[in-house]
Amino acid sequence: MKKKYISAPYLVWMALFIFAPLCLVVYFAFTDKRGNFTFENMSRLSTYAPVFLRSIILAGVATVFCLVMAYPVSYMLSRMKASRQKIMMMIIIMPMWMNFLLRTYAWMSLLERNGLINKFLGFFGVGPFNMINTNGAVILGMVYNYLPFMILPLYSTMVKIDHSLIEAAQDLGGNLYDVLTKVLIPLSMPGITTGITMVFVPSCSTFVISRMLGGDSAFMIGDLIDLQFLGNSYNPHLGSAMSLVLMVLVLLCMSLTNGFADDDSEVML
Amino acid sequence: MDNNIIVSLKDIVVDFDGETILNGLSLDIHDKEFVTLLGPSGCGKTTTLRIIGGFQQPKSGSVFFDGKEIADLPPYKREVNTVFQKYALFSHLNVFENVAFGLRLKKLPDQEIKQRVLEMLEIVGLKNFARRDINTLSGGQQQRVAIARALVNHPKILLLDEPLGALDLKLRKEMQIELKRIQQALNITFIYVTHDQEEALTMSDTVVVMKGGIIQQIGTPQDIYNEPVNAFVADFIGESNILDGIMVRDFLVEINGTQFTCVDKGFNPNELVNVVIRPEDIEVVPAIQGQLSGVVKSVVFKGVHYEITVEQGGFDWIIHSTQKQNVGELIGMNIGPEEIHIMKRMRD
Repeated sequence: MKKKYISAPYLVWMALFIFAPLCLVVYFAFTDKRGNFTFENMSRLSTYAPVFLRSIILAGVATVFCLVMAYPVSYMLSRMKASRQKIMMMIIIMPMWMNFLLRTYAWMSLLERNGLINKFLGFFGVGPFNMINTNGAVILGMVYNYLPFMILPLYSTMVKIDHSLIEAAQDLGGNLYDVLTKVLIPLSMPGITTGITMVFVPSCSTFVISRMLGGDSAFMIGDLIDLQFLGNSYNPHLGSAMSLVLMVLVLLCMSLTNGFADDDSEVML
Repeated sequence: MDNNIIVSLKDIVVDFDGETILNGLSLDIHDKEFVTLLGPSGCGKTTTLRIIGGFQQPKSGSVFFDGKEIADLPPYKREVNTVFQKYALFSHLNVFENVAFGLRLKKLPDQEIKQRVLEMLEIVGLKNFARRDINTLSGGQQQRVAIARALVNHPKILLLDEPLGALDLKLRKEMQIELKRIQQALNITFIYVTHDQEEALTMSDTVVVMKGGIIQQIGTPQDIYNEPVNAFVADFIGESNILDGIMVRDFLVEINGTQFTCVDKGFNPNELVNVVIRPEDIEVVPAIQGQLSGVVKSVVFKGVHYEITVEQGGFDWIIHSTQKQNVGELIGMNIGPEEIHIMKRMRD
């Protein structure tokens, strides 16, 4: 019973900085400037539906890219010698030691109309291409920044999958595709769902990446919320309502993924 | 070639990072036999098994299965199934689906899968466990699932890589008898890897003793135990007294200064040899009646017998006897000619 006390510091922390703010967000979302209860904030949100939709689609596409790139790399990594795994892991995490803003600025100067990439292509008489301020640039920024968050959980589940399981599947007549779909993916499902969460959630609510690389064309819900609190359209009540709806949408998306993961293993049973 | 041979390895060489694991190994395995590859860790027994299973490519040499070369065939195309050392069960599937895994990959009709899986679960004694989660099973039960999962595919050969290593002694003994029963009931070839000599003697039709990537001896358990070809085999299979001796002439050997008649011949006069005598083959007699006499150093009760250590001629003899002796006592030892095994002196 004593063990309960050791979690006390976190419980206090949670109450003060997670639960209380959440209550405040809910309070602000359903009140107007004079503090009266209202649904107006919520009903105004329908005008921003396209922004919500774009945020979810861009984050979703970025997540899929991350998953497709991270999965094979994580597998290779988990099968390497322990000493080499550490070195590779460091190389993968290294970009995260650099400031997030700096990394995104770097992409700005790469993608600009007279940026490095276009200048380079110019030598060959190609371009210039319009790369910055597109949805593609935003997705690129997300994948670049959040890829390690996909690799880490995938790697840590895959490293626990004993190699003899893969050999057993082959032994029982499974070719490479069978091994992947019937053994590797089901067993690495916890890593897949964690990775999706860790990429999708921050991608969905980012405003730095979309502002720097997306300009006006990829205005995301994060930018919108930012404007309500720090911008000239100051309205914390509307901003709270947006945050609340975004949270619910993200939770919905996540439970869909988890549901899909569960269904998948259900079918196998 | 002998039609009865199902697997034939020819001059197999394997090395990892420059270290030789198998050094020109050749081995024929007969159909429907229980063959055990026995040896200390690092002797290449598991590597030999993995070559037959297709998980390891030899650097050179050939593998024949039913007379056909299969060295380049991937594991999933071989008519061989494996029971892995740590069972390697799929924790995301229940018992039934684990066993059905291979049959589902073959896209057999559901009805047939169900029938074959349940039949196999019955054979391994897990009839009522079909719906159970793998993680709720004990080690012995998991082992049975692993065996059923391999056997349900009707392989021509079942490969077993130290499958009983993780079980406690009592369960291991039960499973040894169980495995032998299953092998005889299904009438297929089992190739079994172990470092446990007792396990090898209990279950096998043929034992292959290996050391350093080289086969030391192939024979029935009786042959291996009674007629070891060298001191390594004698030492590895059961307990032995291994002494230096001089082969004075045919049928006469000198051990620790005393001459004994024996049944061996064909050595050079006065050739230095290894003499192997099993502890249970030494008869304890009163000191004056013994061919040799020595002082009892220790007596340990082992259940069926006492293990008695006797010092004689600077050598500690181990004797297994049902009669208790007292420490410090002078006793005599007699060894019959049949019990003395002479072999070439080991170089290392």
